[in-house]
Amino acid sequence: MSAALALAAPRRVRAIPGFGLAFGITLAWLSVIVLVPLAALAIRPWELGPLGVWDSLTEPRVLASLRLSFGAALLAAAIDLPLGLLLAWAIVRLRFPGRALLDAAIDLPFALPTAVAGIALTAILAPNGWLGAPLAAAFGWKVAFTPWGVVAALVFVGLPFVTRTVEPVLRDLGAEAEEAAATLGATRPQVLARVVLPALLPALLSGFGLAFARAVGEYGSVIFIAGNMPMVSEIAPLLIVVRLEQFDYAGAAAIGLAMLLLSFPVLLALNLWQRALRRGRA
Amino acid sequence: MTPRPAIDPPRWLHLALGGLALLVGLLLLGLPLAAVFTEALRRGWEVASAAIAEPDTLAAIRLTLLVAAIAVPLNTIGGLAAAWCIAKHEFPGRRLLTALIELPFSVSPVIAGLVFVLIFGMQGWLGPSLREHGIQVVFALPGLVLATLFVTFPFVARTVLPLMQEQGRAEEEAAATLGATGWQSFRRVTLPNVKWALLSGVLLCNARAMGEFGAVSVVSGHIRGQTNTMPLHVEILYNEYQFAAAFAVAALLALLGLVTLAAKAVLQRLTGRATGPAP
Repeated sequence: MSAALALAAPRRVRAIPGFGLAFGITLAWLSVIVLVPLAALAIRPWELGPLGVWDSLTEPRVLASLRLSFGAALLAAAIDLPLGLLLAWAIVRLRFPGRALLDAAIDLPFALPTAVAGIALTAILAPNGWLGAPLAAAFGWKVAFTPWGVVAALVFVGLPFVTRTVEPVLRDLGAEAEEAAATLGATRPQVLARVVLPALLPALLSGFGLAFARAVGEYGSVIFIAGNMPMVSEIAPLLIVVRLEQFDYAGAAAIGLAMLLLSFPVLLALNLWQRALRRGRA
Repeated sequence: MTPRPAIDPPRWLHLALGGLALLVGLLLLGLPLAAVFTEALRRGWEVASAAIAEPDTLAAIRLTLLVAAIAVPLNTIGGLAAAWCIAKHEFPGRRLLTALIELPFSVSPVIAGLVFVLIFGMQGWLGPSLREHGIQVVFALPGLVLATLFVTFPFVARTVLPLMQEQGRAEEEAAATLGATGWQSFRRVTLPNVKWALLSGVLLCNARAMGEFGAVSVVSGHIRGQTNTMPLHVEILYNEYQFAAAFAVAALLALLGLVTLAAKAVLQRLTGRATGPAP
């Protein structure tokens, strides 16, 4: 804290006074609530020693849960891409009764508490649910209480991220570029492939990243529908809870740290790809 | 995707895609919401309202309101201070600070609870010594508040910051020239300029604070009537197969979400701008 305040002391006359106090509050707030707690996450696994951390993370049950969390998150974010794009396109380009309602409803997964979403999705997709029963009767599919239930819940929570990142870009894109391309003789598929999708790609990537980041750590909406069978449908955050209940703090922290470190390269790669695209278009 | 009149898409395609979008919206967004209210009322109003009037449920509602009443103002002050620093001042590390403020959004809620157990739990860094002084953080109100603070940390700063940056510094600089102190210029110039965005950020922060499940679940200890918030109470009722009661409490939470959405839509109309995607 003292270092923070020393940093905040203005060296030169500032145009707007009051920076020191506000910066002090900001740093204190950030440190107490976010930085110090995350430092605990970074430090405590090593109580087990490097080998202990490795053993704790390579337990088959842990590996299976990490595989499920990351695999389901990637799959769900990929499913969200076309669905989110379709919804964004509908609210930007279409005029139909109920468009404003659809627009507001897109934020529902943000606004609905995750536990509520969890039990609602379970009720719908359970073997006797509104969708679960017909799916089981028609195709023999079982969604709830299997890994597919996890994917379904993650598709729900991630959807608005894609729609809301693509929507402003689609709005700004307007129809001019497409009309120009058409005037120059481009066919519809050409316009789509050469004009529209390239312009939307950075936003799609960023929406994918947001949906993925949210989905990897998601807990409340998943645990009701997953069935939570070890090795099959148990997500990594649940295993953290299990280890905490066994007072294995270091082991719980190891999973938490591994989750953060594993999602970092995915998000970094998406970010670099986005930058490359921006540079290419500039 | 489909361009407007100039290269007129076939009308059937337009209709088909629009219908598909509505179907996706209905299945993915409408159905879960309908399920909550249908299941809540499956056994009638009496059962639903009795479930809510039950003492443990009322205690959960009180606790949820209390946690939000502490966490939301704290994060509002912190968020405003941070946004004001970043938007109205030059200092090294502004981009880093912005990134750090967003950090909690990419951290699992379970990890948000876990970090406080690592510090204040039975085998935490500070847990045992605080316990000697009779202070309990985890499995008590302070832990619930801390975990809620972590997950709702970015909301206010994130909704207010873009607007503050857009408005620039000219007005504050003029106020400073006229002799205003930092506090005066913040209260009389900056704050009135961002009041609607601020309200929107506070509402989103509040909705998440009241609805948070994963983070508080880790630090709560699930003591009925004492450390059980509304979302946690939903889980307990659900696991006890009291489905109607679980969905009744869930319906209350869903109503909170719907009110927040409606308020956000009204604020957007009022300001004529989107307040940005906020998870």
